[in-house]
Amino acid sequence: MKYIDEFNDPSLARRLLDEIRATATRPWALMEVCGGQTHSIIRHGIDQLLPDEVELIHGPGCPVCVTPLDVIDKALEIAARPGVIFCSFGDMLRVPGTDRDLFRVKGEGGDVRVVYSPLDALELARRNPDRDVVFFAIGFETTAPANAMAVHQARRLGLTNFSLLVSHVRVPPAIEAIMTAPACRVQGFLAAGHVCSVMGTAEYPELAERHGVPIVVTGFEPLDILEGIRRAVRQLERGEHRVENAYARAVRENGNPAAVRMIEEVFEVTDRNWRGIGRIPSSGWRLTDAFRAYDAEHRFDVTGIRTEEPAECRSGEVLQGLIKPTECAAFGTTCTPRTPLGATMVSSEGACAAYYLYRRMNDTPTPQAARAAREEMNPVA
Amino acid sequence: MCLAVPGKVVAIDDSTDPLTGLIDFGGVQKQACLEYVPDVRVGEYVIVHVGFALQRLDEESALASLKLFEELGLLEEEFGDAWAQAAKEAGTP
Repeated sequence: MKYIDEFNDPSLARRLLDEIRATATRPWALMEVCGGQTHSIIRHGIDQLLPDEVELIHGPGCPVCVTPLDVIDKALEIAARPGVIFCSFGDMLRVPGTDRDLFRVKGEGGDVRVVYSPLDALELARRNPDRDVVFFAIGFETTAPANAMAVHQARRLGLTNFSLLVSHVRVPPAIEAIMTAPACRVQGFLAAGHVCSVMGTAEYPELAERHGVPIVVTGFEPLDILEGIRRAVRQLERGEHRVENAYARAVRENGNPAAVRMIEEVFEVTDRNWRGIGRIPSSGWRLTDAFRAYDAEHRFDVTGIRTEEPAECRSGEVLQGLIKPTECAAFGTTCTPRTPLGATMVSSEGACAAYYLYRRMNDTPTPQAARAAREEMNPVA
Repeated sequence: MCLAVPGKVVAIDDSTDPLTGLIDFGGVQKQACLEYVPDVRVGEYVIVHVGFALQRLDEESALASLKLFEELGLLEEEFGDAWAQAAKEAGTP
């Protein structure tokens, strides 16, 4: 497949690795922001191929993982109501709420549907005028243009039975929060390529300057990730801290202006809670007043939510890059993809799930065990 | 879910609102909204996420990256320390 195969070439990967090895003379800690990058790094064993000087810290860029527990509980409550069709991306199904998940709500009779695109949810609303169709609008800047278009179309079509339960988050305020945390060890960032495909790179120079960290916009294939690391290490060795674009084939400096315009028409910046991390100022989007009628939190009066996280789950520390998944006592014992304690064990972009799928196989080398681990990752399929 | 994958635009339906096209992902074909890449043409590649083309892929940049990766290490081979290179290849520090 064009634009994928070429960026997986093993001989070019070796050249990049040699170059990184030749460049790094001191220990450096880099954070990859996006969960898609974490998945790719663990899947291809990139962290294990790097020289000892370069450590990758996994960031909070898994949208499923950072969706706060009270919003999950609200989703579960709304999804269980008669007359509601609750639509979600597939990887939210098994994310644990306080006492159940969407999968269980469906088992108990709730009408929960998995959709590929928010426009599919909109189509369900059009076809079922007597039902209330709610779409669980989570995600980073990458997903916001799609969700914004869905609600924009709903208004244009005059659909009154469609709403969004919004829990959108933004990357730059998360970088700010990570850099100002007391235990921060991060010295450079691989910024999330597809977030920048939408938003461009204008939000990052100020962060790089103020915190003295290189920020390298990075793609998702192995060569992309190695190139992001190479550029970040080169800057660090030279004492530089600039924004560089190592994913130029998909990222322009001004992003996608049409998509940004739609986001700004439909959403406004708000403070948000991140699961496992806490409140980050200006780190999210909510619907503007003009679209308030499409806000599920306003449409459905959901009160009496009392959240409780399992005490032994350390996903918050994993999300902040303070520990690796394997340092949690519950990892692979009481917490597995079949019985997840935290969202990081559910989504394929969660660090715990990636480690469980690809690292546990080091101890279970038979093909049967590998297959069993894979099936466990996809119990619904 | 944040995954966005490259695909080739194989058809564009101008009559749809929002603008829709058929995208080929290495054999699997799916409809996607093209409203955010309105001037895209059949045969071009786009990055698709949850049913939306978010950006066109720039072939020139892709080729430039690959050329850079090809050239990495060549200068070192040309001008570098041949003894250090030989020791590295032999696996001795």
